[in-house]
Amino acid sequence: MEYEVIIGLEVHAELSTKTKIYCGCSTEFGGNPNTHCCPVCTGMPGALPVLNEKVVEYAVRAGLATNCDIARESKQDRKNYYYPDTPRAYQISQYDLPLCEHGHVNINVGESSKTIGITRIHIEDDAGKLVHDGYTGGTLVDLNRAGVPLIEIVSEPDMRSAEEAVAYVEKLKGILEYIGVSDCKMQEGSLRADVNLSIRPVGQEKFGTRTETKNLNSFRSIARCIEFEISRQKEVLEAGGVILQETRRWDDEAGEGYAMRAKEEANDYRYFPEPDLMPIRLSEEYIQNIKDTLPELPESRRARYINEIGLPEYDAGIITSSKHLSDFFEAATVVCGNAKAVSNWIMTDIIRIAKEKGVEYNELPFTAENLAKLIMLIDKGTISSAIAKKVFEEMVETGENPEKIVEAKGLVQISDEGAIKEVVDRIIAANPQSIADYKAGKDRALGFLVGQCMKEMKGKGNPQILNKLILEHLNK
Amino acid sequence: MKNICELTAHEICEAYSNKELKVTDVVKAFYEKIKVDDEKIKGYITLCEEEALTQAEEIQSRYDAGEEMGALAGVPIAIKDNMCTRGVKTTCASRMLENFIPPYDATVIKKLKEAGAIILGKVNMDEFAMGGSTENSAFFKTHNPVNLNKVPGGSSGGSAAVVAGNLAPISLGSDTGGSIREPASFCGIVGLKPTYGLVSRYGLVAFASSLDQIGPMTKDVTDAAILLNTISGHDEMDSTSAKLDKKDYTKALVNDVKGLKIGLPKEFFAEGVNVEVKEKVLAAAKKFEELGASIEECSLPATEYCLPAYYIIACAEASSNLGRFDGIRYGYRTEKYENIQDIFKNSRSEGFGEEVKRRIILGTYVLSSGYYDAYYKKAQKVRTIVKQNFDKVFEKYDLLLTPTAPTTAFDIGSKINNPLEMYMSDILTVPVNVSGVPAISIPCGNDSEGMPVGLQLIAKHFDEETLLRAAYTYEQNKEVQ
Repeated sequence: MEYEVIIGLEVHAELSTKTKIYCGCSTEFGGNPNTHCCPVCTGMPGALPVLNEKVVEYAVRAGLATNCDIARESKQDRKNYYYPDTPRAYQISQYDLPLCEHGHVNINVGESSKTIGITRIHIEDDAGKLVHDGYTGGTLVDLNRAGVPLIEIVSEPDMRSAEEAVAYVEKLKGILEYIGVSDCKMQEGSLRADVNLSIRPVGQEKFGTRTETKNLNSFRSIARCIEFEISRQKEVLEAGGVILQETRRWDDEAGEGYAMRAKEEANDYRYFPEPDLMPIRLSEEYIQNIKDTLPELPESRRARYINEIGLPEYDAGIITSSKHLSDFFEAATVVCGNAKAVSNWIMTDIIRIAKEKGVEYNELPFTAENLAKLIMLIDKGTISSAIAKKVFEEMVETGENPEKIVEAKGLVQISDEGAIKEVVDRIIAANPQSIADYKAGKDRALGFLVGQCMKEMKGKGNPQILNKLILEHLNK
Repeated sequence: MKNICELTAHEICEAYSNKELKVTDVVKAFYEKIKVDDEKIKGYITLCEEEALTQAEEIQSRYDAGEEMGALAGVPIAIKDNMCTRGVKTTCASRMLENFIPPYDATVIKKLKEAGAIILGKVNMDEFAMGGSTENSAFFKTHNPVNLNKVPGGSSGGSAAVVAGNLAPISLGSDTGGSIREPASFCGIVGLKPTYGLVSRYGLVAFASSLDQIGPMTKDVTDAAILLNTISGHDEMDSTSAKLDKKDYTKALVNDVKGLKIGLPKEFFAEGVNVEVKEKVLAAAKKFEELGASIEECSLPATEYCLPAYYIIACAEASSNLGRFDGIRYGYRTEKYENIQDIFKNSRSEGFGEEVKRRIILGTYVLSSGYYDAYYKKAQKVRTIVKQNFDKVFEKYDLLLTPTAPTTAFDIGSKINNPLEMYMSDILTVPVNVSGVPAISIPCGNDSEGMPVGLQLIAKHFDEETLLRAAYTYEQNKEVQ
């Protein structure tokens, strides 16, 4: 039987505010355990939360960037449950009146584009971390992360494949980076997704029973988890079984998901309005202000790259998918004025280098300005493209200014016709056989002669002039 | 001159200024009396003698140097054991926090220290402020100094008993449903519950966040005004604290109630209120009339729904507030566990007393999915109506006058096995918390057994001045009974 896959995502993004959501402690990642803590975020008796206004601002920014309606009045609620990483035994979240609702983003998969609805975005606090202590065999609690602000972005069940789900998360990641509200470092857990998935026979209107797989923190694991869950549900249905509504976990190493708890075992969170905090009231002026200061979003940048700069759609899409990469592109272009050359370097070498080094595009070993200088050296004919590749590799290693590399290593291209002619004359005199071969129609001989000249000139000869002079000689 | 321990805070301050008393002598006098009398009253859980004496010497030397002093410089005070004191045990009279030493001071404690007050110790209460007799303390029962066989009221029973028993000139209590006013009434002292939001709750171990309020418990109205001056004011650590200009409440201590319109809500004099209590309170109303106020019967029709709504809201919030006592980071941890669920369940089962568990279970129930609308949501609706009731009567009256409690102090042990009857003691105080308005309890005579009767005055939001003015006027003019 043919099945249709229905996917909805809950994406949690840590906001990059300097301090936590309800106290003045640092949100910095890492740090010795329990050093970014105070009576408030450790849930001491008597301590009270005070909402960090930056959190509201960031969440509203995220809401506006994803086309949401912003609530003029919203409130915070307690979600009660017992777990050692949750110091108050409740998370402060938003239940029935979230900050943002009814938004959407557009995604591109292959040639087609699609709109994914966003049900809501709300603010809440993160929990601490449990660390297994190999020495004592016990479990330790680190509350540095407790109280770090999160937004939860809940999508409509609008995705139909792993590809679409990944494209959606990539899109969100891009937007959150662009508007500067989250650093979205998936490997540090600052962006993670829960996948809600069900399948139904094609043509059936009623949704199938869905499962929720929690805490996926890479694009790869999202895609693999979805593929796994689709085939699992198909197998169950085809064997005449029923899908159980359950919460699942994904084991990335084993490449498989497993059930964590059934619906019957689900917590009753006993949500109720947080009495320690006042309702959040936002004025028109406040919202308009944030709207006015929203930076250019990836979609409009992409359009600009295609229409104004003339980049291919594919390249424009790749470059704008990351704010850091797109910022790099813009910074280099401003300096050298050659957008296409910058784009080519990004598509061929820079993406490769970032992957090899495992770094974000704002952590590359060299600056955009230095890439621009390298491009200018080529454009001015100071170095050849072949030499440029060598200079680039040197930049990757040392981060050095390409002009300095060229100078220090004596890589300046020789374009002086007299100097080149001298070498050409010498090589041609020494290789009469090659001349004969060329005249006999063997074009390969030309390449050999150019190579010999280049070798003599340690690769610094201007290839165009070299070619020209040899041809002149041969065609005499 | 009176015995040192019988002095009020303002009398002590005056004696310091006139160099009639030394701070060290005053502090020592209280500790000497505590050592003798607290054997019987059993008000204190923890004493801070060493720190108090060091502080006394330091303040005395500043007096001697003629420095400008804080409003409560050198005045000893007792603190209910649910307010966090840095470095000093804060137990909430619970096994759960028997050895808990907070790493920080509550905002009120910080303010008291800045004003130069000297903390004598931490006093007994019903466990986590849940109760009306202080019999729910996990450690021991506190006795009413007026008659040691009687309860001192609760939950701030320790705070009331040490002031009434001259073991501290002033104290702080907290009031969620009457926990300052009822013990003040039972022990014959003054107890003020300020408007919700006037005093910071930061560092007050929460029972019911939307109802809790810290307030002064004193021998006279003047001390209540002085203490309120020190502890009130906006606190950026408490989002529910009101952003208002600081007031000097001692300016309200004017001996004049002429033209004041006082309402007597009939629902507060209904069946269930003891006859002798009613008599004394109505006599007090007469006194106000003699002094130039107008007295008129009025009505707060939603009063009968207050008690159930209160117990739903208070228990719901408590069930969540007390979740943090899970045996993980601080407080009691069971020795019987094999997994994390055991730690939670057994620590809480063993660490909490009966009444606390009863209320957690109640609160968990009313918030459960499927019951939320029928209980919690409905209780919130009642709350809105009660507030409207108060707003309405305050369009017409400046103050409401009622008994503080339906009875005087009862015998220790007489109600402890009947929680419902115990809850009824709150029936006249709870509406005030539900609506958030301020109220004061002042003594208005004794019953035939010699037990004090309390008179409750209620004012509109943030109108503590009218409350204090009326209470002060009554205090200045009442005949000695």
